[in-house]
Amino acid sequence: MFSNFDWNVILRSLPYLFFDGMRFTIMLTLMATAGGIVIGTLLAMARLSNIPGVSQVSGAYVNLIRSMPLVLVIFWFYFLVPYIGQWITGASRPIQVGAFLSALVTFTLFEAAYFCEIMRAGIQSIPRGQVQAAEALGMSYWTSMREIILPQAFRNMLPILLTQTIILFQDTSLVYVISVTDFLGAASKIAQRDGRLVEMYLFAAAVYFVISLAASYSVRRLQNRIAIIR
Amino acid sequence: MNYNWNWGIFFQLSPDGTYTYLQLLLFGAGWTLATALLAWAIALTVGAIVGVIRTSPNPWLVRLGNAYVELFRNIPLLVQMFLWYFVLPELVPSTIGDWLKQSTNASFYNAVICLGLYTSARVAEQVKAGILSLRSGQRMAGLAMGLTLPQTYRYVLLPMAFRIILPPLTSEFLNIIKNSSVALTIGLIELTAAARSMAEFSFQVFEAFTGATLIYIIINIVVVNGMRWVERRVAVPGFISMGQPAAAH
Repeated sequence: MFSNFDWNVILRSLPYLFFDGMRFTIMLTLMATAGGIVIGTLLAMARLSNIPGVSQVSGAYVNLIRSMPLVLVIFWFYFLVPYIGQWITGASRPIQVGAFLSALVTFTLFEAAYFCEIMRAGIQSIPRGQVQAAEALGMSYWTSMREIILPQAFRNMLPILLTQTIILFQDTSLVYVISVTDFLGAASKIAQRDGRLVEMYLFAAAVYFVISLAASYSVRRLQNRIAIIR
Repeated sequence: MNYNWNWGIFFQLSPDGTYTYLQLLLFGAGWTLATALLAWAIALTVGAIVGVIRTSPNPWLVRLGNAYVELFRNIPLLVQMFLWYFVLPELVPSTIGDWLKQSTNASFYNAVICLGLYTSARVAEQVKAGILSLRSGQRMAGLAMGLTLPQTYRYVLLPMAFRIILPPLTSEFLNIIKNSSVALTIGLIELTAAARSMAEFSFQVFEAFTGATLIYIIINIVVVNGMRWVERRVAVPGFISMGQPAAAH
């Protein structure tokens, strides 16, 4: 069964897999996480806002994105981003957008909806008394958010935010559907070029497994340490 | 935006000459639902078994269950699809492998098994959490009454545990519907794939994706309301405050 398993094809393609593919995957994961947390926090604040209309708009966006499969969202933005670029830059035709930028916009806006729900739970986990105390001290909404609420909300939700990042790391493999060379894309290209599907896909699965398992194990340890401090 | 909107495209004939584009989208939705429902049957069955053995008194069974969950949770769904569809037929003896590759609807069966086992790991996690959320006195009382361990699970622990985890199971069911779109990579023409092929044939990209999005939203609303009805139906009066959603995580 493994008698003609070709280790050599994996060895030969290691530089391509990691310097091209894995770098794309990691960059996309980190940048989309950072952008997603910023936009998600703003969305969460909007969802909890008293201003009429604001929370409805934010809620509608989050519910819309969360009811769609990621693959469909990737297709949406793949065709939509050139038009958004045209609208922003005022160009006369839809502008050409690179694969990385297109994927980055997609994952940032998609993950923002999920980070919004996490941050909303985080903000709501802060006792109301703290909000009222901040108001009584004369802090403005933005000051109390920045100095009192968000730092605690962020710390309380850190393990869940990191778990979501691991899920995002796995989900970035779906850029395959728009033929982008992420880690899986690179493995798939070599698999098809050399006719070595078994070796390349098993190797890709092993790499994803080791990274995700190590990351989720670290998150669990972090969770225990935070729990003791509190 | 200089894009030519044409909402009438849904009622025009598609290139196959028999069906309109709207009908193609609805066929896609049918495949999505068929895949999701069959996979859900696997996910619930396997997930319940793995969840139960993770709470069993035997440490080796617990480790086996944990390993199962870690294996299926730490590999991306797309990679798992490829493993089932491209790799498995090569690793089994060639007669079985050829049969796997040549059977009609191979991508459908692959998608069902892959999605079912992938989701079963997540269901197992919920089932374990549900059983552990019950007070340990329930298990002891069951055993003290003279029930065997399997009987205790069957008649005491699982009925309550499943009621507690209904809300997170609902979101897992919504996930399995959405995740079935990953099967388009192995050639299953489910809803997202149908929308993409409609976009390619008609060049009305945004209408096609809007149509698919609306169908996904309708499916979502139906499932959420249906599960709310189930929750009310199976609620045990006075036991858990069924009105409030259980702590999801």
